[in-house]
Amino acid sequence: MDKTVNQKAWFLVLPVFLVVAFSAVLPLMTVVNYSMQDTFGNNQFFWNGVGWFKELLDPSTDLGGRFLASLGRNLFFSLVILAIEVPLGIVVALSMPRHGWTVAACLVILALPLLIPWNVVGTIWQIFGRPDIGLLGYTLNAMGIDYNYVSNAVDAWVTVIAMDVWHWTSLVALLCYAGLKSIPEAYYQAAQIDGASRWAVFKAIQLPKMNRVLLIAVLLRFMDSFMIYTEPFVVTGGGPGNSTTFVSIELVKIALGQFDLGKAAALSLVYNLIILIVCWIFYTVMTNAGVERKAQAEEEPAAERKPAGVLQPAMALKAKEGVA
Amino acid sequence: MARIDLVDLAHSYGGNDAPQESFALKPVTMTWRQGGAYALLGPSGCGKTTLLNVISGIITPSRGKILFDGKDITPLSTQKRNIAQVFQFPVIYDTMTVGQNLAFPLKNRGVPKAEIDKRVAEIGRLLDLEPYLNRKATRLTADAKQKISLGRGLVRSDVAAVLFDEPLTVIDPELKWQLRSKLKALHRELDLTMIYVTHDQTEALTFADTVVVMHDGRVVQSGTPAELFDKPAHTFVGYFIGSPGMNILPAEVRGREARIDGHAITLNRSYDNLPDGAKIEIGVRPEFVEVVTSAPGLLSAKIERIDDLGRIRFARTRLGDVKLAARAPAGFTSSDGTAGLKFDPSHIHVYADSLLVEGAA
Amino acid sequence: MSVTLDQVTRTVDGIPHIRDVSLTLESGTLNVLLGPTLSGKTSIMRLLAGLDKPTSGKVLVNARDVTGVDVRQRSVAMVYQQFINYPSLTVYENIASPLRVQGKPREEIEKRVAEAARLLRLEPFLKRTPLQLSGGQQQRTAIARALVKGADLVLLDEPLANLDYKLREELRAELPRIFEASGAIFVYATTEPTEALLLGGNTVCMWQGQALQIGETANVYRRPQTLRVAQVFSDPPLNLVGIEKKNGSVQYAGGTASPASGLYSSLADGAYRVGFRAHQLGLANGEADRHAFHATVTVTEITGSESFVHLTRDGLNWVAVLHGVHEFEPGQTIDAVLDPNDVFVFDAADRLVAAPGLLAFSSEVPGGSREENASKKNS
Repeated sequence: MDKTVNQKAWFLVLPVFLVVAFSAVLPLMTVVNYSMQDTFGNNQFFWNGVGWFKELLDPSTDLGGRFLASLGRNLFFSLVILAIEVPLGIVVALSMPRHGWTVAACLVILALPLLIPWNVVGTIWQIFGRPDIGLLGYTLNAMGIDYNYVSNAVDAWVTVIAMDVWHWTSLVALLCYAGLKSIPEAYYQAAQIDGASRWAVFKAIQLPKMNRVLLIAVLLRFMDSFMIYTEPFVVTGGGPGNSTTFVSIELVKIALGQFDLGKAAALSLVYNLIILIVCWIFYTVMTNAGVERKAQAEEEPAAERKPAGVLQPAMALKAKEGVA
Repeated sequence: MARIDLVDLAHSYGGNDAPQESFALKPVTMTWRQGGAYALLGPSGCGKTTLLNVISGIITPSRGKILFDGKDITPLSTQKRNIAQVFQFPVIYDTMTVGQNLAFPLKNRGVPKAEIDKRVAEIGRLLDLEPYLNRKATRLTADAKQKISLGRGLVRSDVAAVLFDEPLTVIDPELKWQLRSKLKALHRELDLTMIYVTHDQTEALTFADTVVVMHDGRVVQSGTPAELFDKPAHTFVGYFIGSPGMNILPAEVRGREARIDGHAITLNRSYDNLPDGAKIEIGVRPEFVEVVTSAPGLLSAKIERIDDLGRIRFARTRLGDVKLAARAPAGFTSSDGTAGLKFDPSHIHVYADSLLVEGAA
Repeated sequence: MSVTLDQVTRTVDGIPHIRDVSLTLESGTLNVLLGPTLSGKTSIMRLLAGLDKPTSGKVLVNARDVTGVDVRQRSVAMVYQQFINYPSLTVYENIASPLRVQGKPREEIEKRVAEAARLLRLEPFLKRTPLQLSGGQQQRTAIARALVKGADLVLLDEPLANLDYKLREELRAELPRIFEASGAIFVYATTEPTEALLLGGNTVCMWQGQALQIGETANVYRRPQTLRVAQVFSDPPLNLVGIEKKNGSVQYAGGTASPASGLYSSLADGAYRVGFRAHQLGLANGEADRHAFHATVTVTEITGSESFVHLTRDGLNWVAVLHGVHEFEPGQTIDAVLDPNDVFVFDAADRLVAAPGLLAFSSEVPGGSREENASKKNS
């Protein structure tokens, strides 16, 4: 929409522009600078060109091996939590009440996990899962299940995934709930009258009307889980061994543990790039879906927010002239 | 297809114990015959939508029963009632094609595929939707979508009744004409009981054989369009039906004479035993009052404006504090802003406390 | 003051919303934008208000170019189809809100709100909040707020569309009086021809983003310059039939030949299309000089005062409106008649060539016949 232009608006944007330049562009340039060099401490730097990047993408090197392995873990983690949280969120949203005071109660309860800081969530689960004093760990062991996230890689994964599901399913559920709330009552009544089963209502009405918020939910959850750091770091510290070492944890190990600034800089740039690309893919998919939506919305009657009738009146006219 | 009986049916959103004056739907007993076309007409808040929802099963009535063909269906859910409903805004299943939309109610009921295809084809033909059957329903115009909603209602051959809840609200005037006559033709062809809820008198009158006028939770009159027009049983019906509505004038009525401002108007019938202390009014439709050049012996009114509707002109006049609309014949002009009123005595009705009084011949 | 659109076009994403519209609106006039949904009525209003910028062309206020000037710097008020009020404020505060924004002194606010409330009959409700009002009262509040602002340009976008039929009728009867009292430029969008006729004033007939015809409402109604205008401005829909004039007789498509009397007499030989509104089609009752058609009834709709008879003839659908109750069986054949003095004749390019009071090929469509002037005096 080309609204009327007011040049003064630029002044309002200026402060943000300056802050972003200072906080994002300058540090980024520093990182780019580091990624091209090697250092042995003492503030001595050597030019390394794209060496780090080559190494990073070559699985036979130490750096590349670690990076690709952790990237694989990251992707696996994201896929698993999406596969759990999205259906679970939908189910939760569907089973939430639609009227009355229980709505508010449900919303508050759902929102609680979202309000807890990451490291606290990590700490909660770290203690929760401990076989000696944690409620979960102790109970499981008492039931005869050998569970120990410190020594067993599978247990560690289960813990990390359960923690993420606990923390974030609410978000998916809330988004889905918002989507469901926007469906007019007439649709449900019509479906009832059409004799639709619960499953048919879900498939024919609820899912199609939710698909936009679901897309947003998937995007948000993917980005977030791909950048995960605090919780698994607090719970497992990336272990046992390297089994729960995600890219972000690897990055911190290299940068702050080994103080390999060049490698770390290169890794973080590639990491960043991956996130940007994924973001862009999602964005494109979403806006395309958006365009489709809009096209639909425009055909909704009531208001006349639409192209000055190229198609519709023409069709209407044809209908008339067909008889005329 | 069914006869519908409403037996002492009433509903209050505040529960059965609420005072009856506050009932959204006051007790009504009525029979709607099989295959009839009915309209529930009234302003918003008159209870027409409540009544419709009670029939469709969305609301369980606080009191009374609904019978379909003599069978009490009051406790049954919407699904089990075997009715179809078309809503104000088109309800379309986005992911399906037009054909699948039409087939949906049949598929849900486990009708064999061959039968489904046959019915869908037939309804598609009746509603001129054939070219679109394989297209996604979301991309169509509002009126096409509303036709699909309508088609889903008609596709089941066994429905007891088809309910319409202001189905033409979102349709442009020109297409309204087409859809309306289509509906009427379908009603003839399919022999279904149809109940049409609207606040638009034109839609109600043109669609229905019997129009049920509702006001303040009560059915004030039920009759054919001609009856409602010619002989409104209540001043509200007079006002609500017709455009402009009936003129209602406070008057003194004695025998065959009504007096307004000391001016006598002859009546066709005799009214001798009007209840004492009642508010007496006469009602006459604008179609049966004519403005003419002022003359002695004629009731004189002040002309405020003349509405030209193309095929007919109505003068908006004022008699003291009372507004009165009257037909302005072609070529009528007024030099001084006043006009004489000529009443057609055979179309003047007398109302006592808003209810029609039958005069003696 | 006056507002002018000068050859304005607006294209969004390659789709033309408004195509080359030029019009001038003067103070103290009521201008109806009449057209079906999506014909560009709202787009025109947004351009007039300054909410959108034309892709090409100019918007002038008092002959000064204001294209691209922000809406807040223009004196504009708008009323929408939805009832838009501040839900937490009383009716009084709702009406007063634009004056408070303007920082008017207390006494003036009181005076102007009282005046607007009186005009719109809202006095009994001033202390209520909008949610305690009926739809009609809510919309009257919105209109009062638009009026009290004292804007030079008041835009009403189908303001009555969401109201009950009877409320619509009542408010519609009051609107012309309110407009007259204000003196601003009013622009009123509607899809309904009857509404345009009742409001009077000027009508801009819109179709697919074009302003097809601009003029006094009664004139546009009686002298539609093109077939399309006649179609937009007819409710029930315009009936059509093709004719061929040859050697002093007219041959109607699919049937009867009749002597070329009435308006047909002055036509040059050739093919035309004849348009007539529902009330121009009657039943045969022995009147002289009528052109008769055998037509089959499809549906009859009876309102009590009138009957709408839907007919089909030679593949064409017609509607006739008859006074009183006339019941016909579907499938029944009836004789419908047309007064050759009371039709619209359009040429091959769909331009009006003959209409009541307008004989074929007169050089220009006159500004209004004597009869129209007379009726204007009355109203």
